[in-house]
Amino acid sequence: MTVSDPVTTVREHVSRRRSIGIYDPKLRGFAYQALTLLALAGFVLWIVDNTIRNLRRSNIQSGFDFWDERAGFDISQTLIPYSTESTYADAFLVGLLNTLLVAVIGIVLASLLGFLVGIARLSGNWLVAKMATVYVETLRNIPLLLQLLFWYKAVLGILPGPRQSFQLPFSTSLSNRGLMVPKPIFEAGFQATLIAVLVALAAIVVLSTWAKRRRENTGQRFPVFLTALALLVAIPTLTFIASGAPITLSYPELKGFNFVGGLDVKPELLALLLGLVLYTATYIGEIVRAGILAVAHGQTEASYALGLRPGTTTRLVVIPQAMRVIIPPLTSQYLNLTKNSSLAVAVGYPDLVSIFSGTVLNQTGRAIEIVSTTMLVYLTFSLATSTFMNWFNRRVALLER
Amino acid sequence: MTTAHDLAYVRKEEEPILAPPRHEVGAIKWMRTNLFSSATNTALTIFGILFLLWTVPPLINWAFISAVWTGDSREDCIVPGAGACWAFVKAKFGQFMYGRYTLSERWRVDLTGILLIAGLIPMAIPRVPWKRQNALYLLVVFPILAVILLLGGYFGLPYVETALWGGLLVTLVVAITGMVISMPLGILLALGRRSNLPVIRFLSVVFIEFWRGVPLITVLFMASVMLPIFLPPGVNFDKLLRALIGVALFSSAYMAEVVRGGLQAIARGQYEAAQALGLSYWRMMRLIILPQALKVVIPGIVNSFISLFKDTSLVLIVGLFDLLGIIQLNFSDTTWTSPNTPATGYAFAAFVFWLFCFLMSRYSIYTERRLNTGYRR
Repeated sequence: MTVSDPVTTVREHVSRRRSIGIYDPKLRGFAYQALTLLALAGFVLWIVDNTIRNLRRSNIQSGFDFWDERAGFDISQTLIPYSTESTYADAFLVGLLNTLLVAVIGIVLASLLGFLVGIARLSGNWLVAKMATVYVETLRNIPLLLQLLFWYKAVLGILPGPRQSFQLPFSTSLSNRGLMVPKPIFEAGFQATLIAVLVALAAIVVLSTWAKRRRENTGQRFPVFLTALALLVAIPTLTFIASGAPITLSYPELKGFNFVGGLDVKPELLALLLGLVLYTATYIGEIVRAGILAVAHGQTEASYALGLRPGTTTRLVVIPQAMRVIIPPLTSQYLNLTKNSSLAVAVGYPDLVSIFSGTVLNQTGRAIEIVSTTMLVYLTFSLATSTFMNWFNRRVALLER
Repeated sequence: MTTAHDLAYVRKEEEPILAPPRHEVGAIKWMRTNLFSSATNTALTIFGILFLLWTVPPLINWAFISAVWTGDSREDCIVPGAGACWAFVKAKFGQFMYGRYTLSERWRVDLTGILLIAGLIPMAIPRVPWKRQNALYLLVVFPILAVILLLGGYFGLPYVETALWGGLLVTLVVAITGMVISMPLGILLALGRRSNLPVIRFLSVVFIEFWRGVPLITVLFMASVMLPIFLPPGVNFDKLLRALIGVALFSSAYMAEVVRGGLQAIARGQYEAAQALGLSYWRMMRLIILPQALKVVIPGIVNSFISLFKDTSLVLIVGLFDLLGIIQLNFSDTTWTSPNTPATGYAFAAFVFWLFCFLMSRYSIYTERRLNTGYRR
């Protein structure tokens, strides 16, 4: 006769109780998920069914076959050749490139201004710190759209015409046609200068590797930064002069009622950039300030105790640690700036949303295809950014015990 | 041996304490340390003063000294040298606040505003008790009352269609609807994202990342052109409701990320202790985790309310007349066209938006300080 072990009995009992009935967490989880999926599938089917019926009822064509059709509208600013004969695909590309143009220029300028403001807010100079604070607290709390419209309609819109334009240095002038700047025209032989820049960059890489190795081996320092700067300026400049300065400037000239020649930065682009840069810089300034404050003061003190000078301390101790805190939110601000550039539609700058979800949508009426394509483009930007962020976070994450 | 007697002079009493050097006290000392501490700082200060002299006096002149405060039409505002045309704002103030809401029914909007403030003030002051009931009022009772009051059609109140709504009313309706819907939806999404069930977690992540990855403009476009296609034929939403749905979904995704931050900040032991007490998932969340998590992220919640409030101005792109939209609309009124009208209108709109956002951000900082005490070592 076998006596069953009481522990085993209890365990069997428990496991039997767990495995049956509605109280089993596994079973419940499974049921919940199945229910959710069912509900979702039903919802999607319902929407698809409605869509098909709606489209059939109102005779809206669907599909992406409009892509190769002639667009037939003009765009005020194009980075690639484009005419009214071009296709919708070309128009899409023009819009995408215009969005990228604003995003890139905006990101560069907003970073510069933002870092300046962030440092200014921490400045020992009371006036500078207060001015930066007032700037941040004012522009941060006003909607970006309002700022864009203000710059476009209330500032750039009431500028005088080309004949009474404001003359600025370097043959630049500002009027209601936008900012006219001299346009560089690259002639044959300019490639040599570009190659020289690449050569200089290669030389800098070699130099810094050599200097680092020598410092690690012998402890001797080499002024890498200054030498690199000199190389980067000297080699291209010398090549440029030697190849006969193959660049001419086309100056804007007033002919009749408008300018001829030169490069016209349109008021739409100007307003969009002003708004985006001034708005985003307030956020970047706050991020930079928080990043610098996040570096414990002990780090600075320890660095001084090791005999490092203030400049070196900032460069080698504070900034690398602050960057770890700064870069993740900074990237999301860059992404925000790119997404906010879609407000271009309000000032009439031909960006992706304004061309594609605006004009093309109105002409073709393919609402579903066009709005989802636009969303997909922005989603791609944002997924690419978050992939980069994950990679970066893994790279710089503090390895603690 | 030398004693005190042998010395020629011995100080018997204390000398009076000398006043510190003049450059070490008061305004001079303050200026030396804060404005002119080094050559660079002196240069920066001088540049700063020059910049202020260049910008501030003309601004004050434009906004106050040569501004036109009273008048009946553009004639008063186009006099040479005139500054801001505040008379325009004064004449159009009713429109800026209510849009084209029926004149005789505007008391309903005012009453809704009073009901809102009556709920918000006790909610914002930490000492006032009954927070739970108060939140219930703000999230459930008030929205129902607001819909009945604003829309009408019940209890003998005449129906006012949403096409007539405008101005600050629409701004606040969009913002508050976004806030009220995004709170519960955001909490659910955040819980979903931290759930153990893979399907739920996956769906939450997709939902959140989708809305966070696209600009609000495209969401509004989607709500205004795609939503009617998705719904059964014959069902027709008005413009305002479509925009509200877009804004609510968009802000829920952002709210979900804020709440998730709070959930992650709660120590694991809290979850384990709650489970050890035998609480079910929902009771654990409701009684233990969420009260702590939400408290931690109040500043984050207020911040996302601020961005939501600013983002409401985008509804003008899909043809609604919020505060900014109605002000822009009035620029084309020929009785008030003047070179200063746009700038004046934008300045007024900017001030209203700024005031709301600034107050919210101050409140956020205040709560942050208040809540920080428990965690400060």
